[in-house]
Amino acid sequence: MSAKTVDKIATGVIMCVAGFIIAVLLGLLGYILIRGVGHISWDFLTSAPESIRAGGGIGPQLFNSLFLLVLTLIITVPLGIGAGIYMSEYAKPSKLTSFIRLVVEVLSSFPSIIVGLFGLLVLVNKFGFGFSLFSGALALTIFNLPLMVRITEQGLRGVPPQQKEASFALGISKWKTIRSVLLPIATPVILSGTILAAGRIFGEAAALLFTAGMSSPRLDFTDWNPLDDRSPLNPFRPAETLAVHIWKINSEGLAPDAPQIAAGASAVLIIMVLVFNLGARALGRYMTNKFTAAK
Amino acid sequence: MQANALSTKKLNVYYGEKHAVQDVSLDFAEKQVTALIGPSGCGKSTFLRSLNRMNDLIPSCRVTGDIWMKEHNINGSETDVVALRKHIGMVFQRPNPFHKSIYENIAFGPRYHGVKKKADLDNLVEESLRKAAIWDETKDRLHKSAFALSGGQQQRLCIARSVALKPDIILMDEPTSALDPISTSRVEDLISELKQDYSIVIVTHNMHQAARISDKTAFFLSGHVVEYDETDKLFMDPSQKQTSDYISGRFG
Ligand SMILES: Nc1ncnc2c1ncn2[C@@H]1O[C@H](COP(=O)(O)OP(=O)(O)OP(=O)(O)O)[C@@H](O)[C@H]1O
Ligand SMILES: [Mg+2]
Repeated sequence: MSAKTVDKIATGVIMCVAGFIIAVLLGLLGYILIRGVGHISWDFLTSAPESIRAGGGIGPQLFNSLFLLVLTLIITVPLGIGAGIYMSEYAKPSKLTSFIRLVVEVLSSFPSIIVGLFGLLVLVNKFGFGFSLFSGALALTIFNLPLMVRITEQGLRGVPPQQKEASFALGISKWKTIRSVLLPIATPVILSGTILAAGRIFGEAAALLFTAGMSSPRLDFTDWNPLDDRSPLNPFRPAETLAVHIWKINSEGLAPDAPQIAAGASAVLIIMVLVFNLGARALGRYMTNKFTAAK
Repeated sequence: MQANALSTKKLNVYYGEKHAVQDVSLDFAEKQVTALIGPSGCGKSTFLRSLNRMNDLIPSCRVTGDIWMKEHNINGSETDVVALRKHIGMVFQRPNPFHKSIYENIAFGPRYHGVKKKADLDNLVEESLRKAAIWDETKDRLHKSAFALSGGQQQRLCIARSVALKPDIILMDEPTSALDPISTSRVEDLISELKQDYSIVIVTHNMHQAARISDKTAFFLSGHVVEYDETDKLFMDPSQKQTSDYISGRFG
């Protein structure tokens, strides 16, 4: 066989594989969206679920998912960025740092059901946080934090070393260099990485079943005092998220329209995750342009 | 006899086991341009970077010997390197402006070192850009990105950036090697101008450049200084055979 034929065959095979993957992806997305989009309405997005009657919504679940995401990010972003800065700029390469790196890798690829069980045993029971947003946020921290560390580290390592040299040569301290020269350049990478990681948190279910819980108290959306039991902002109340809700109505939903609700909720979930991903890319591109473009 | 801005005594630099600079003792006169020449890999950059302690950033690198600036040995561990680098500026081979506006590129250093008032900063920015002969090209776009400048303009901006700190000494590592001939000659003119206020040490591969702009020249060969003399003398009538071989292009 001539090199040219081999080349043609290889190209053909690769194209087929790529086409197949795209087809599967589009099929999956299309199937979920087509089944569910019809059920999405303002009412569906804002009203509370019904347990046995038709016409329930996903309002509290949607809110819970977003609120849990915010809580998790409040914990993981500062810690993750701090640790990432340490790993990339301060830690001397040693056995200890490669061990930390290993732990980070392992943690971020932990099966989420195990993290959930760990959360149940340690956070919910031992520490007595109960089924709550707070327990859920801590469980999510277990795989989000390593990601944040890695994202920050990669972002900082991606900054050309000449930038650091230029700053040091001006007699600027290390911390100021990190803050004012390196971090601004790394920000697009860190930000889009954070949003991508947020997308994963948003869709997580297994780790939350036993930590944030599978129910929501009746929420009073007029009460914004985080200390009140029925306030949506209370971080110590149980909170069923959208992904958990889908799992629950699919397995034990009693309402006559449970399949439609599951389909609608799935579509909402997928749309949100898509928004996160596309948003991350768009923002990353926009900020990179803004910082580096010739204007 | 002129005062020395900087002088090294038996300076040795090692990268791990590699002995990159060996027993170099050189005096750099105040308000003069000293050129360092020599074949690639002979340790010119390494030597230059130890003068403002930039080699501290390389974990494997070790520098022994003395570097005297006035009556201080700045190669000691007690030297505040951050403060030191304010007095010894550096311009790199490739222009490396910050990802900031032209104005911020200049103002960043002085602001950190205590110039806070906007009016003072504005003046300083203008003064520095004028000194680096790039004011006319940038005055209408001070708040635009520095990356929109050409390579030659970026290099002059980098020179302005170090000038803004009013250092005593400016170290330049092949500052024109990435530039076209016109930008090169502008930067050379600039160096001759800056000599009135600053002591300059410049590494160059361009023999003509060394001959044109420097007062004294040191010829490096595999980590040693072979010859150090008045530039005219070194180029016209070198005392060492290796030097005459090198400048007549017989090797390196
Ligand atoms: N970071 C480093 N780690 C180990 N060895 C290095 C390092 N930097 C330079 N060296 C070695 O030290 C020697 C001197 O290098 P240096 O960069 O000072 O040469 P130079 O004279 O500036 O050369 P050029 O003209 O090509 O810039 C070389 O043999 C080089 O391989
Ligand atoms: Mg060099």
